[in-house]
Amino acid sequence: MLLIKCPYCGVRDQTEFRCGGEASRARPDHPEHISDPDWAQYLFYRENPKGLLRERWVHRYGCGQWFIVSRDTVTHDILDSLPMGDLPPKGRDAP
Amino acid sequence: MIRPPLGPFRLASGGRIDRQEPLTFTFDGVPYVGFRGDTLASALLANGVRAVARSFKYHRPRGIFSAGEEEPCALVEIGEGHARVPNCRATVVPLEEGLVAASQSGWPSVNFDLGRMVDFTHPLWPAGFYNKTFKWPNWKTWEGLVRRAAGLGRPLEGPDPDRYEQVNAHCDLLICGGGPAGLMAAQVAASAGLRVILAEQSPDCGGVLNSENIELDDQHGSDWATRTVSRLREQPNVLLLEHTVVTGVYDHNVTTLLQTGQGSTWRECLWTVRPRHVLLASGAIEQGLIFPNNDRPGIMLAGALRHYVNRHAVVPGTAVVVATNNDSAYQTVFDLLHLQVPVSAVVDSRESISPALQKRLQMAGAELIQGACISDTRGFGGLRSVRIARHEGTDLGHRACDLLAVSGGWAPRVHLLAHARGTLRFDEPSQSFVPDRLPAAWSVTGAASGMQHLQQTLDDAALAARRISEQLGHPADDLAVPQVTRGMVEPAEVGAQRPTASRKRQWIDLAHDVTLGDAELAVREGFVSVEHFKRYTTTGMSVDQGKTGNLNAFIVLGALTGRATGEVGTTTFRPPYVPVTLGAMAGIRSGEFYAPRRLLPAHLMHQKLQGQFEDYGWQRPDAYPRPGESLHDAVQREVLAVRSTVGVFDNSPIGKLEVRGPDAARFLDRVYINNVSGLPVGRVRYGLMLNENGVIIDDGVFIRLAQDRFLLNTTSGGAGRIAGMLEEWLQCEWRDLRVLVDDLTTQWACFTVAGPRARDVLTALGTDIDLAPAALPHMAAACGLVAALQSRVARVSFSGELSYEISVPARCASALLEAILAAGQPFGIEPYGIESLMVLRAEKGYLHVGTDTDGSTTPDDVGWGEVARRKAGDFIGKRSLERPANRATDRKQFVGLEPIDPGRALRPGSHLLIGADRQPPAVTDGWVTSACHSPTLDRAIGLAMLRGGRSRIGEIVTVCDEEQRFNVKVVAPVFYDPANARLNT
Ligand SMILES: [Zn+2]
Repeated sequence: MLLIKCPYCGVRDQTEFRCGGEASRARPDHPEHISDPDWAQYLFYRENPKGLLRERWVHRYGCGQWFIVSRDTVTHDILDSLPMGDLPPKGRDAP
Repeated sequence: MIRPPLGPFRLASGGRIDRQEPLTFTFDGVPYVGFRGDTLASALLANGVRAVARSFKYHRPRGIFSAGEEEPCALVEIGEGHARVPNCRATVVPLEEGLVAASQSGWPSVNFDLGRMVDFTHPLWPAGFYNKTFKWPNWKTWEGLVRRAAGLGRPLEGPDPDRYEQVNAHCDLLICGGGPAGLMAAQVAASAGLRVILAEQSPDCGGVLNSENIELDDQHGSDWATRTVSRLREQPNVLLLEHTVVTGVYDHNVTTLLQTGQGSTWRECLWTVRPRHVLLASGAIEQGLIFPNNDRPGIMLAGALRHYVNRHAVVPGTAVVVATNNDSAYQTVFDLLHLQVPVSAVVDSRESISPALQKRLQMAGAELIQGACISDTRGFGGLRSVRIARHEGTDLGHRACDLLAVSGGWAPRVHLLAHARGTLRFDEPSQSFVPDRLPAAWSVTGAASGMQHLQQTLDDAALAARRISEQLGHPADDLAVPQVTRGMVEPAEVGAQRPTASRKRQWIDLAHDVTLGDAELAVREGFVSVEHFKRYTTTGMSVDQGKTGNLNAFIVLGALTGRATGEVGTTTFRPPYVPVTLGAMAGIRSGEFYAPRRLLPAHLMHQKLQGQFEDYGWQRPDAYPRPGESLHDAVQREVLAVRSTVGVFDNSPIGKLEVRGPDAARFLDRVYINNVSGLPVGRVRYGLMLNENGVIIDDGVFIRLAQDRFLLNTTSGGAGRIAGMLEEWLQCEWRDLRVLVDDLTTQWACFTVAGPRARDVLTALGTDIDLAPAALPHMAAACGLVAALQSRVARVSFSGELSYEISVPARCASALLEAILAAGQPFGIEPYGIESLMVLRAEKGYLHVGTDTDGSTTPDDVGWGEVARRKAGDFIGKRSLERPANRATDRKQFVGLEPIDPGRALRPGSHLLIGADRQPPAVTDGWVTSACHSPTLDRAIGLAMLRGGRSRIGEIVTVCDEEQRFNVKVVAPVFYDPANARLNT
């Protein structure tokens, strides 16, 4: 069970949170213009790296805020937690 | 030797038992007497009970092999009735007055077991037998036989009457093990001011100090342990948990501890501890030796024998032979000879033994046989003799004995370290796996780290605790480490296991009946990876998880495949370290405490109305049966009341999300497949929500309360989920939208007044809202006073009748319901429950998301494809609807079903085959999703998903309801008032 730092509430037990998957996932701006394989890429394909991963988590049984956690998928070390807005602009899939 | 009357094998003096407190207990119905301080195992041994169990596969008699949690043989049932606990290790069950214990694996009895037929025919039951039953001829042939023959214990029937607790705790340092190392470390860490939790699995701390004749500073080791424990108990920063096993280590060093209650109101307590640092001081486990027929009752670990002799004053035999591959077993010889118990021979597999030890043995008068091993044993219900042979085969003849003490070396208890993903390396001198790389915030000390020497252990434990304290910012004072003034014989160099060439069975894993022959077969069949080997032979997979046998299995596998043991490696140690009851994992979360009951705000009113409640996440009335009326009849009556006059339904659990902000309409346009921004204020629309895969996840109406304010109805179970989903989109993806979402579900009570007389009831209630159809048409909403309560009234319908939904603050629920019933009385109003609502909506073919739809249903499948296609802008899931699979024409589509025999009831879940009088096997063409008897039409009706269903209206299809087949007609999914004339009155 991880100890996760909510940027708004502080360090809390994992049971208060829910993981929303990889943070790099971004919805294409114009889904109607992209190919089926590109849409499938957005829907189903993930990086799943061995090592550092940025994930979005929500403090579900706390403040309800989503934020970004940097987690090492090997050691489960959590390196930092950032508010959603502090994230550098995310890469968009090509339209 | 003088034997007291109580227990023929009990010494007159010595041991840590209270002879003033005899305890009576029964084993397999026979009464015995033991003492306070006994375990069930020591008391059985004192009474001369040797065979206590039958083995798992061959049903051979088994005795007590160890003295701790590692026990592979002595599994018994404790207690009676619902409180009976199967698979208890007799070696860790403290004896209590009136304890009832029973053997569990023998049938009809432990001494006469018909299952032993398997033993006589053992060549038929090799390793992998179980796996092979799946291949030839098939599993069904073997299932009955295997199920009768195998298995451990009987599961409980009925609810568990015991109570279980759970505790969460934080500490600076968790010490696993309360032996000399753990106690020493705890003292140092406590004096430094650390918050310490020390967990010791035995009922008392001390470890080897309690079972060996050790002296510290010229006093008995157990006295030092007792003094240390009482000092630690006085420290406010120390929590000392005895009878508590550390069962697992998880991410971020979270550990779980299983505490057994001692005179408490609860049976077990599961602790979840977050320590800043973990110190493993868990000691080592003695391993068995591999030789022919090494499983007989009377064969016992040498250290376990010392434990019973020294701690419980039990010598469970009269003639002893010792077999070993290391020095530590010699301590057993000296302890026994000290008590004048004859040891006829010491069989040491090593060629050379230290001269000092040889001399001590000579002086004691025991015969030493070097470079030899046990080549066979005799005695069915208990050991009678052993045969000895040199490694090269020279037979050295029999020795009569009823007790054989064996030692195959010591394996550090590194399981928890492995849970935490520390690594191990094989240490040749000690022939065991010892810690290599430690996880972050971990330390290991004492025998767990491979240390043999007690003084070294004490010094190292003190040092480790000092280092940890300093690391955690609490410098420790110097603390005197006690000096070992009388030690014990240490294992020294351990000889490699050398199984003899014999056609007799040599057990590697006593608990799962795995033999050397099984290992050889597995290797012959190619299972040479340690993980494959384990699964094929099932070695180490029983209740004991191979605590006394795994190491030997790895060594054997190495020898059979010509690899060094270090190269073979170990299997993966996984939590829990010892079996944990489901009760402890559940804690108090069972029965009434499983989940809070959610009551409707007008719950008491529904009780008064004789509602028959069921849990739908909320306690809701299914219907309101009258005295003597069945639920089915009540539903039929309530439905007819709504169709003919008027009914009232408590719809309070329906999800109510308020969405507001300048961009609310823009946002909801992306959320629903329907157009939202074009909806005028005061109007209502039905909408479907999809996930990004294009699958329907929720439905319900939404009301535009103001230009920038909407109220969304979700399914009653979906409010939290949908609110969470909307938040995720707003916070993570569309951060530029200025929208707020509030879940108001529990703030509002909501009642539906439905039926031809609904408007009359509202008029009778008294309202300032204009109810004229032109002013408040179907799918419109208005706010005002109803029955003098501030209300919102929406004309929406899930029944197909003229219908008003009246929402009031939750606290006004009962007042409103009471008013509605009073106002409706002249019109014959009846309350109707959720079962009745389901019949009403099925008659109208209204979709019930999650019942009629599943994780693959798209809007087009349920007839909403045109709406989705017409919508101009993007919405969640839209792109996925364009994928080829979602455009296929043979998708399952929503249809109605009418059995040809109108009295023939359909059942949800029945499969459909296109065409009349079809017979499976066939690929299913669909299934029934909802079904009921329609009282309005007086016939059975159903809703279904059917392959290409919309083009099959009018066709006959076959229903396959388990073994029954019958024909039904496919119809449009609306059985009543298809023109919606009744809605729009
Ligand atoms: Zn928070």
